[in-house]
Amino acid sequence: MSGSGELVFWFAAALAVLSAIATVAMRSPIRAAVGLLFHIISLAGMYLVLHAHLLAAIQLIVYAGAVVVLFVFVIMLIGPSAETGLGTRGLLVRTASGGLMALVMGAISFALIDYAPRMLAGVENCPPGAGAECGQYGGVKALGGVLYGAAALPFELVSVLLLVAILGAIAVARGRSADETEALKARKLARASAGGQ
Amino acid sequence: MDLSLGHFIGLASVLFGIGAIGFLVRRNVLIQLMSIELMLNAVNLTLVAINRWMPGNHAGQVFAFFNIAIAAAEAAVGLAIVISVYRLKKSVQSDSVDLLKH
Repeated sequence: MSGSGELVFWFAAALAVLSAIATVAMRSPIRAAVGLLFHIISLAGMYLVLHAHLLAAIQLIVYAGAVVVLFVFVIMLIGPSAETGLGTRGLLVRTASGGLMALVMGAISFALIDYAPRMLAGVENCPPGAGAECGQYGGVKALGGVLYGAAALPFELVSVLLLVAILGAIAVARGRSADETEALKARKLARASAGGQ
Repeated sequence: MDLSLGHFIGLASVLFGIGAIGFLVRRNVLIQLMSIELMLNAVNLTLVAINRWMPGNHAGQVFAFFNIAIAAAEAAVGLAIVISVYRLKKSVQSDSVDLLKH
């Protein structure tokens, strides 16, 4: 890989780790959302290093443009009570489980940094004898060809999933209007009096 | 020192660990949802990185694409549930949702 790619990697990696820690550690959810935004932008940079250009754009559009905005929207909707304390229930168990997770993931990442280069040494971006397709790796044409070719069925299923998610989100988050609440109460009262007779 | 696959996978496992710790330790549902996003993003990074070292096809990137779509759906439904719970309990602390515990 080129030297500039290495530079971008280390910068994006530092930013990704720091912003992930900020996301998890910030007391105020709005600050955590800003941390998540920086995390997503740094991962988009990481995708550029990995020649996944279309995915970097999708990451910015879908995550930074939609998911983070949705989070900020909900935090604003909930208001000041969105900020909660750490909570005391099971604090010891929670801290212990978090520490155990840190130990396990630290060990895994340490082992992987040590072993993976030897495991996959010499595998380069474009294998020798590759055709013109190799230069298009990660571009719109190549990825779109897969999405509308071999992965066409899951692609269509994802559109159905998104539709169901929209309907589900509306059905779950929608409150009742005052009229509907009154009608529901009247129906319950009528049922109770009918049962009491 | 050249970049190797190990750098990316190691970074992804660090990010996954941070997300998992956030999910386990914090009790704010919004922050827990953000931690889930961190973990999904870490998995996406491994998929894209492994695909870069096996560039014969785009399987990893296509999986990452579908992961992004599913993460968006998850965030939408999860935040809808958060709003619904907040309306009921006036709190976004996950300890306050313990109806099935007692």
